[in-house]
Amino acid sequence: MIEMILSSRKFREAREADWRRLESLLKRLEAKGPASLTDEELIAVPVLFRAAMSSLSTARETLLDQALLDYLEALCARAYFQVYGVRTSLGDQIFSFLRDTWPRSVRDLRWEICGSVFIFGLGAVIGYLLVRADPEWYFAFVPEVMAQGRDPSAAHEALKKIISHKENIDVLGLFATFLFTHNIQVSLTVFALGFALGAPTLLLTFNNGLPLGAMLEIYTRQGLGIDFVGWLFIHGTTEIFALCIASAAGFRLARALAFPGGATRLAALATAGRTTGAAMIGVLIMLVIAGLLEGIGRQVINDTGARFAIGSVFLVLWLSYFFLTPLRRLGEARGWRG
Amino acid sequence: MARVTTKARSLSTRADRKRVLITPEGVDLSVEIATYSQRATAFLLDLIFVTLAMVIIGIVCAFSLGITVGALGPDGGRLPGIITIIILLIGFFVLRNFYFIYFELGPRGATPGKRIAHIRVMAASGGALTAESVFARNAMRDLEVILPAVFLLVHPGGIDGLLSLLGTVWTGVFVLFPLFNRDRMRIGDLIGGTWVVVERLGGLKADLTQNADVLVDRHDLVFSAEQLAAYGVKELQLLETVLRRKNGSVMRDVAARIRNRIGWTPSALENDFEFLDAYYKALRGRLESEILFGRRQADKYDRAGVSGG
Repeated sequence: MIEMILSSRKFREAREADWRRLESLLKRLEAKGPASLTDEELIAVPVLFRAAMSSLSTARETLLDQALLDYLEALCARAYFQVYGVRTSLGDQIFSFLRDTWPRSVRDLRWEICGSVFIFGLGAVIGYLLVRADPEWYFAFVPEVMAQGRDPSAAHEALKKIISHKENIDVLGLFATFLFTHNIQVSLTVFALGFALGAPTLLLTFNNGLPLGAMLEIYTRQGLGIDFVGWLFIHGTTEIFALCIASAAGFRLARALAFPGGATRLAALATAGRTTGAAMIGVLIMLVIAGLLEGIGRQVINDTGARFAIGSVFLVLWLSYFFLTPLRRLGEARGWRG
Repeated sequence: MARVTTKARSLSTRADRKRVLITPEGVDLSVEIATYSQRATAFLLDLIFVTLAMVIIGIVCAFSLGITVGALGPDGGRLPGIITIIILLIGFFVLRNFYFIYFELGPRGATPGKRIAHIRVMAASGGALTAESVFARNAMRDLEVILPAVFLLVHPGGIDGLLSLLGTVWTGVFVLFPLFNRDRMRIGDLIGGTWVVVERLGGLKADLTQNADVLVDRHDLVFSAEQLAAYGVKELQLLETVLRRKNGSVMRDVAARIRNRIGWTPSALENDFEFLDAYYKALRGRLESEILFGRRQADKYDRAGVSGG
């Protein structure tokens, strides 16, 4: 029975130690990440991976041990995820997000953003005009919680008090936290609803504009219009901008779903997902900043002029960051990783 | 016979879930799309973990609040109280939105629930899983879980009731979406460009030609060339499965069939396992050495010289 010394047995004996080594390195990579490996071990991973891949190709062609083939295939797949699926360090990722991915995604969404600003503005104008025509509309647009006693019959002093009073700093922190968690949840919903062909996104965006117009009207009626806009402007340039980006991202999803263009629907949605995902991470950041401006900045800074100044500075900063940052070419930014 | 057909069907659905990935080295690797039950298990487990974490944060905050108020009195406890609520708000917010994202961006590409269910997330393109796509895939969960739940649980009357019914139907489409596509993608997977695949962690099993379970290698069981020509690769691999599972009745059945086909008269001294083991080794030896000479006999019908006959 000399032919019993099979080629597969020899093959396996010669290479098994390398496979085992790769397996143990993978186990550590998966559990604790690349930091847990020494430089030497890190360099060994791709080498061992390629060796295992070559074992797999040879084994598939020449060997008949099914268990061995299954093992090699599983090992190579695991190694593949670690070799090609792992990204650069967190610091690099954050840098490249801020430097490139974020402004690129917002710039990419510019037409959708114009659209959602228009819809939001339309909501505000309609809210204003309706309340002007009949103050009863106010109650339809502004929920009681949000109104805080501000309604068409409220006196000048009461209205003024809300937009100019001071709070203790501890309550402000709470207020700011509540605001940004609430706003982020709303903007995520607005975004996700884009998949429902955008109609709910459109309605929500429009609906967000209505109370703004309605409240502006009752303040204007009391001659406090400018103060009200200042009260809103300090954080609103950031917050409303962020909400408009969120709904723009929703519209992009709807567009990819309804009109995928030359690509397949699947590919169009995945591309839209990458762009809008990045834009939405940015929206999160903007809303945290807006929450702090609203919760703390607005209550501490009482002067309408100062409020306008801060709001404008933020608006200019955002716009120039998104639309004036020189972007790297796509190949440069992505490297060979994609 | 019924058993055989169900088996064939389950094998074919398994093949349906296989996807091939060509690596930059030019080798094709297959991945297997996760089953619905694996994904449901993973999601339920994650839901339980998140809820538990929220409950724990809540209890800890309530206790610390009780202690500070007890020590400082209601007035002095005001600031710590507000800080506690802030921690609570942020804790819930982070858990709800970042639990999935954090774990899926890790080296395992899986939340704890997914790890237990042995599945992971991968980029459908085969490249690196980016933060944008993981974020997008998880942002969609609002649409797929929370919104339908709201429509299902809230039942207003009148015209609103009708709208809510329509809403249930509409959002139901989103919930059931994974049932209607080949890659079992949920909407989040579609937007993120991701697949959820089976994570295979199997170890290397011993080579059957060096089977330690065989006490005596039956070198006396010698097969003729004609007897070894009866089967091909497909049968060899089936036989490997049989030998690894070592189910007595299956082995008896298979041994009887092989003996019948190759015209083997069993001696009183051989048992079924020894016979199958010896035949497996001999058959594999023949097939592997033939492969070295460029011929691969695919199955029992693929016999040299009789093709087309």
